[in-house]
Amino acid sequence: MNTIVVGQLQRQFQDYIVSLYQQGYLDNQFTELRKLQDEGSPDFVAEVVSLFFDDCAKVINDMSTSLERPDHVDFKQVDSGVHQLKGSSSSVGARRVKNVCIAFKECCDVQNREGCLRCLQQVDYEYKMLKTKLQDLFNLEQQILQAGGTIPQVSMN
Amino acid sequence: MSKVETKMSKQTKPTETKKKLNVLIVDDDAINRTLHARIINQIGGVSKTAGNGEEAVILHRDGNASFDLILMDKEMPERDGASATKKLREMKVTSMIIGVTTLADNEEERAAFMEAGLNHCLAKPLSKENLLPLINHLLDA
Repeated sequence: MNTIVVGQLQRQFQDYIVSLYQQGYLDNQFTELRKLQDEGSPDFVAEVVSLFFDDCAKVINDMSTSLERPDHVDFKQVDSGVHQLKGSSSSVGARRVKNVCIAFKECCDVQNREGCLRCLQQVDYEYKMLKTKLQDLFNLEQQILQAGGTIPQVSMN
Repeated sequence: MSKVETKMSKQTKPTETKKKLNVLIVDDDAINRTLHARIINQIGGVSKTAGNGEEAVILHRDGNASFDLILMDKEMPERDGASATKKLREMKVTSMIIGVTTLADNEEERAAFMEAGLNHCLAKPLSKENLLPLINHLLDA
């Protein structure tokens, strides 16, 4: 094990994950999620966020269909999708996605189609950004493990 | 502080439930089912899942289901948490049932859910920190 390389990678990982919290991509629930990962379930976080991103893709697609025709918007279906995304984003600590969902719900409540379309675009953007960022984070984790190191626990308190 | 008090204050918090629990996790969201199953695993229990309240009721219908604890989500399709809890209590199910609500639920909604026959309610997202002491407290009761 090259301790200098491991140390550099670990610092890079810490700095990156801290930046994700500071930029509002993640909140404390992501910390809780990481606590549930251990040697018995080494890929737990990746598996859960993968479920989340699959959910996002499907729900966003369904909501897009519901919002397509200006004269025939199914706001109940859109609201249901927003509710689901808000719940799942809260569960994984996807703070920006959750915040967009809060605004999205308000647009649904007043049946504002244009507002909903803007929120839909925003939530699509935010989940894809987060997906990219977390993939980079998981890649760093893999590099640390392959170099013989351990993943640092980062406390945001 | 006396020596006894010092010793007690240094005791670590429990990391597992007082007895190994067999848990049913009832939630329509796959992510929550995965998360809650992992929490239960980490506190020393084993779990089974159901995708909604109706599935939970069906599991108990033949009388062979035996869960120490049921984590019951409030909002689910087919049969919601309150209806499922009420039905299970009518079927003489004596498992501890903890209702899982959201922060958006108000006091009246939580009270109505409790009225269905819950032992307690917790708001999502669940964590080891909020679930474990509650379970141990309910086991003591």
